[in-house]
Amino acid sequence: MFIQVTLDLLQNFLVTLKLFGLTLLFSLPLGLIISFGSMSKFKPLSYLVKTFVWIIRGTPLMLQLIVFYFGPGLLVSMFEASGTTNWFVDLMRTLNMADPLVTAIIAFVINYSCYFSEIYRGGIESISAGQYEAGYVLGMTKTQIFFRVVLMQVVKRIVPPMSNEIITLVKDTSLARTITVYEIIWAAQDYIRNAGLLWPLFYTGVFYLVFSGVLTLLFGYIEKKLNYYRG
Amino acid sequence: MAVLQVENIYKKFGKTEVLKGISFSLEKGEVLAIIGSSGSGKTTLLRCLNFLERPDKGKITVSNKVLYDTDDENTLLESEIREKRLHFGLVFQNFNLFPQYSVLKNITLAPTLLKKGTPAEIEEKAKQLIEQVGLSDKLKAYPCELSGGQQQRVAIARALAMEPEILCFDEPTSALDPELTGEVLRVIKGLKSEDSTMIVVTHEMEFAKSVADKVIFMADGIIEEMGTPEQIFDNPQSEKTKAFLQSSLENF
Repeated sequence: MFIQVTLDLLQNFLVTLKLFGLTLLFSLPLGLIISFGSMSKFKPLSYLVKTFVWIIRGTPLMLQLIVFYFGPGLLVSMFEASGTTNWFVDLMRTLNMADPLVTAIIAFVINYSCYFSEIYRGGIESISAGQYEAGYVLGMTKTQIFFRVVLMQVVKRIVPPMSNEIITLVKDTSLARTITVYEIIWAAQDYIRNAGLLWPLFYTGVFYLVFSGVLTLLFGYIEKKLNYYRG
Repeated sequence: MAVLQVENIYKKFGKTEVLKGISFSLEKGEVLAIIGSSGSGKTTLLRCLNFLERPDKGKITVSNKVLYDTDDENTLLESEIREKRLHFGLVFQNFNLFPQYSVLKNITLAPTLLKKGTPAEIEEKAKQLIEQVGLSDKLKAYPCELSGGQQQRVAIARALAMEPEILCFDEPTSALDPELTGEVLRVIKGLKSEDSTMIVVTHEMEFAKSVADKVIFMADGIIEEMGTPEQIFDNPQSEKTKAFLQSSLENF
């Protein structure tokens, strides 16, 4: 029984991992782009991006999941009632038909990009003007300075807050069940309903623990690797 | 023929006028020392020459090429500023080495990115420069492993690697412990014998006296007095210069 439950939960933990991995894959670069937006010298853009980040960080992820899950359907029926057709209606229709896992990934990516963008912004703004100026007087371009001088230093500074956020993401994935993504916790709850077993639900904690343990070790390793220099 | 000609530089920050019409010229191989109290505009002047600040008014000419002239729109293009910076080098008060790179990489990074030669040539040149500043044993060290004086010597080698026509120093020893200033000043003196054209903003009066061909004393954004070290230090004409030299002597 134990082995069977383990294998079954493991299989459903793969959905959790998929949500986790794909969210990271898209939100890490997107967060960097958002951070550039919020640091932009073009004020309207910077205010717009900051407002967006405020909304996303200021509302529960669960609510955002619900909006992304039901919102497109509601909009489509609204537009159909008024007979409107354009690319936006088509997009909403596609979103409405999408697999709930896809909807969850979209909501997670947007949510985590905003959190990451603030970590990036903090890291980038902590680099002293002298580093940029040293690059300038050596004739380097802005792009070269960012990628060859600044970025590495930013990475070193943001590893601790990033690892914190990424470990939070591991556990936040369980929220996806609100919009019918069948993942490990839901699978465990089915054991209560179908077999009268409570322990599989507690047992799911072990999967999360092991995975976040691996991540903690990984980030510790990265931090140590980057510790070859100070500053 | 003057390698550098600076005419009527003005610079304001908000309402504060920091530079109020600075003009001077420099011959090839000359060393210019700029002295003056804090807030007199010395550092801003160097930053204008390196285009880290843009003068509000004025003209900068290097080797008969007009780099910047507020009366000629064509010389003010943002896109060309980067190329113009290459005429000048700047050594900062706080070194500003790249902490994540070794001494060697700090020096080779910019020449490599700007393709100043083959990787082998660039590395060879960098090693020569490191030897010149006396740090051959620190080639693979990281900046955090070096003393302030050593870091500043690496910063000098890094600036030299781009072969600027005019090398500027912004108070190169101000951030150093007194016992470390000597090694940096010796390196700068060594460059003089190699015929480098240099501008040194400094508080080290003895050093200015011994290394400079020309001294400028700045006060309140203007050149109060300019001349040979003998003229400025031994026979100052302006009351402000006299007062400044007097007070800097009293500090000892």
